[in-house]
Amino acid sequence: MDNNSVVGRIFDIQKFSTHDGPGIRTIVFLKGCILRCRWCCNPESQSYVIQRMKTKDGTKVVGYDTTVGEVMKKILQDMPYYRRSGGGLTLSGGEALCQTEFVKALLSECKKNGINTAVETTACLPWEMIEPVLPFLDNVLMDIKHTDGAKHEAFCGLRNELILQNARRIAESGANLTIRVPVIPTFNDSEEEIRSIAKFAAGLRGVKEIHLLPYHRLGYDKYVGLDREYKMGDITPPSKEKMEHLRRIAESEGLTAIIGG
Amino acid sequence: MPTYNSTKCKKSARIERIKEHIFANMPQIEADRAVLLTQSYMQTEGEPIVTRRAKAFKNILENIPVTIRPDELVVGSATVKPRSCQVFPEFTFDWLEAEFDTVEKRSADPFYISEDTKNTLRTVYKYWKGKTTSELATSLIAPEARLAMKHNIFTPGNYFYNGVGHVTVQYDKVLAIGYLGIIEEVKAEIATMDFGDENYITKKTLLDAIIMSCEAVITYAGRYSALAKEMANKEQNSVRRAELLQIAENCARVPANGAKTFYEACQSFWFVQMLLQTESSGHSISPGRFDQYMYPYYKADIDAGRITRDFAQELMDCIWIKFNDLNKCRDAASAEGFAGYSLFQNLIAGGQNREGLDATNDLSFMCIDATMHVLLPAPSFSVRIWNKTPHEFIIRAAELTRTGVGLPAYYNDEVIIPSLMSRGLTLEDARDYNIIGCVEPQVAGKTWGWHDAAFFNMLKPMELVFSNGVFEGEQVGVKTGDVASFKSYDEFFDAYKAQMNYCISLLVNADNAIDVAHAELCPLPYLSSMLDDCIKRGKTPEQGGCVYNFTGPQGFGIANVADALYAIKTLVFEQKKFTLSELRDALANNFGNGSANAEKITEQIALELSRKGVNVTSEIIAKIYSEIKSTNTSARYAEIQQMILDAPKYGNDIDEVDVIAREAAYTYTKPMLNYKNPRGGLFQAGLYPVSANVPLGAQTGATPDGRFAYTPVADGVSPTAGRDVNGPTSSANSVSRLDHGIASNGTLFNMKFHPSALAGDSGLENFAALVQTYFEMKGSHMQFNVVSRETLRDAQKYPEKYKSLVVRVAGYSALFTTLSKSLQDDIINRTEQSAF
Repeated sequence: MDNNSVVGRIFDIQKFSTHDGPGIRTIVFLKGCILRCRWCCNPESQSYVIQRMKTKDGTKVVGYDTTVGEVMKKILQDMPYYRRSGGGLTLSGGEALCQTEFVKALLSECKKNGINTAVETTACLPWEMIEPVLPFLDNVLMDIKHTDGAKHEAFCGLRNELILQNARRIAESGANLTIRVPVIPTFNDSEEEIRSIAKFAAGLRGVKEIHLLPYHRLGYDKYVGLDREYKMGDITPPSKEKMEHLRRIAESEGLTAIIGG
Repeated sequence: MPTYNSTKCKKSARIERIKEHIFANMPQIEADRAVLLTQSYMQTEGEPIVTRRAKAFKNILENIPVTIRPDELVVGSATVKPRSCQVFPEFTFDWLEAEFDTVEKRSADPFYISEDTKNTLRTVYKYWKGKTTSELATSLIAPEARLAMKHNIFTPGNYFYNGVGHVTVQYDKVLAIGYLGIIEEVKAEIATMDFGDENYITKKTLLDAIIMSCEAVITYAGRYSALAKEMANKEQNSVRRAELLQIAENCARVPANGAKTFYEACQSFWFVQMLLQTESSGHSISPGRFDQYMYPYYKADIDAGRITRDFAQELMDCIWIKFNDLNKCRDAASAEGFAGYSLFQNLIAGGQNREGLDATNDLSFMCIDATMHVLLPAPSFSVRIWNKTPHEFIIRAAELTRTGVGLPAYYNDEVIIPSLMSRGLTLEDARDYNIIGCVEPQVAGKTWGWHDAAFFNMLKPMELVFSNGVFEGEQVGVKTGDVASFKSYDEFFDAYKAQMNYCISLLVNADNAIDVAHAELCPLPYLSSMLDDCIKRGKTPEQGGCVYNFTGPQGFGIANVADALYAIKTLVFEQKKFTLSELRDALANNFGNGSANAEKITEQIALELSRKGVNVTSEIIAKIYSEIKSTNTSARYAEIQQMILDAPKYGNDIDEVDVIAREAAYTYTKPMLNYKNPRGGLFQAGLYPVSANVPLGAQTGATPDGRFAYTPVADGVSPTAGRDVNGPTSSANSVSRLDHGIASNGTLFNMKFHPSALAGDSGLENFAALVQTYFEMKGSHMQFNVVSRETLRDAQKYPEKYKSLVVRVAGYSALFTTLSKSLQDDIINRTEQSAF
């Protein structure tokens, strides 16, 4: 089957993304996720089903089926920016790697056109679904939210053993792996928790960078729009000082730590 | 290895002190210049006009108060009170007299004026009745063009009411040889003349006037030297006393002589910069390539160990504040169009030299730092970017952008140089370009570019298509036929082009009339001393003395015209969703929104009428209101508007729309190429509105792009505010599809960023990449606002908290709190290009 006619389900394409891999990037957001993280700022991404979401300007349909060819047209529009900045495509979601065939076809078209590729992944899925796309990825940005399985399950819906195991496998495969940590007050924002994640990351082969992404409330309206409860309540984002403190702790484990990616 | 030192210098405590002093009080209007000018004019009746101009200039400089402000290192103040302005009755005066009692209270750029000053000016004005450039211009403009102006198709307001300005002089020449040197040069020229030369009389008269003007400047600097000495004698603080003595020494030497040190060069520069704005009220007196012509003096001092980099920086910071000490009071309508007390003194750093090598030096970086240190709207700071610009320079410029000061503006050598060559500049001159005012490229020291000749509202000719050339019962445009009878998109587009062509010819007529009026009544001998080839030709710039002559009127509203044409092409002719006749009705009824906004619209119309001098009575207001109230609100009109709004829009990287935008821009830029001015120069189009898109939008009815009546028109080449929804790269892709090269008087692309888009080192890198990519795609100019909506809303509510909040408004930076409410709203409504 021709790559360009492979169908996938996405819910957004965002240009000029600057905090999701190197350079100026286009993010393709894929529908469907395995985890149910309480703080998720894209709750409309979680279900694979096409949904309706209320917004200030009416009801919006979230999710549509499209082909690799259609998506490539959009991606190619910003080619001059990728070239100048070292940017390219970033797959996000949802969990992008759930749609293995679509992702593989899309990434392989990107490579054909000389476009740098990245994925933002939970890596919380069978190794058989991850391994085949690795050869097409220039950057893997993988979340490690917690090192404690029980706490992970309490906040994200599933335990983390598979995630940690996949992290090691991805690292061993020689992929260019960066670890990202959403810093969530009440969940993982203590010194010990961040240190523990950083220690694990530092132990992964080839991993040099860790990104600390401060919690934000920008997804709140979407929970309302989806008639869902916002379980984070009125928890406020961590302060700049706090983030800087955690950054230094992560650095002390021998990594380059960046706030905000 | 770089050949420059880019290390950041520290900011001295003095800078904040001077800044505070300058901004402590509301600016005021002072009458000294007007009195001295008039005094001299009364004594010189019957003499040649250049002689009269020189004598008046001399009388002003010999007698106007001289003031040295606390802590200043570089001196020369046009007014006694900081940030105040003089009056220039020779250009126009009746507007100020009419606004005596409102100028202090108005929303845009208010000025305090004392009762004493009002009375003095009333006396002065008696002399000027019938003698101003604007009165002469009015009598010269063809009635058809005046009619078009009355209906707001274009406004040549700037030079119609003011001096021309918009020039960069030979600062380098004054720095090198001083005015004594220039006097020698003029005398040498006189020596070559033969009594029998056909131009002997006019040339000799001008050259004598130039000598008189240069001598007046030397006298003026001498008065500062004496004042500084006097102040030094009284000064208790020994450090300040030493500073004042140094100032006295500087002013005794320059600008009479060539500068021997960087400090002298700074002082000499400032006298030139300030006095050009005393001779005439023309704004956009642009310092240009400061980092280039000042560099030899800096380098010599550094090499000889005479100066530290920190002190050089402090001197530059002092000059940067001085730019903000100059001011100008415009009429209420123009103040809205140019809001922000801006004089558009454009200073540019970086780029290449005349030989095509990169010219970035220490001072290029220090210009960025000076702007960073003072964080004020003046000078309008710009940077030149080309393929060999050091990466570090772009990143430092990006850091400045990130502060939210709205500076610098970025310019693309790779588009501007060939564009200027296509207008007759030599390769060397084109490489040496700088920017005048907002975005207008030219070469310094030899151009009289008339860069701000007019603002042309491209939506008005479209209104004329729908009305068969008639506005309010008057045949303003040409007859293009009943719009309802058009059978194809091409027929509609041809009609639009016909209206455009006719209106453009009227604009040219108005501009040329004003051009003649300036040559006749306000030739400028002091200016002539610093522009080639005025001395050799024996002509002032106004009379055609310069090497390069242009007239540059600006068109704006491309985004609206493009969206309108696309809607008509697809919805009317391809998809047949509605007819042109239905569209005409929908427009006439403001898409059925007439009654909903009746109060607001009435208020706007009343404001416009009062600006035009109509006495707006309560009966008139009631009549307007009832007319608007009764406007048909048929649901079909709203439906038509919705279909239009749902159609694809310019600014979203959609080929089919962008191609139409390119054609729309050509309807303005191409016909302009056919016209010449009385100085023998070409007309060349610009595509930017400064902020005229707001007041002129308030005089434009509903348009087929779905825009409601009286709302702002899109600025420059930017997409319509809020309609570019795919982010900055898509926006830039669309804009880059226009032909920027043909708009050789400049294009303006405004983009607003939330600070998060520039966060961290990678934010700066990506920002720089965005600018450079747009430039690789042949865009010519870019400027940025980095602010949040919240910040701006808060600033609207609590202006006192944001007194120094600077925002870049279409082509320049302004203090946000000084802008009119409508302009503030426009800024807030611009799409926020944020990336989290």
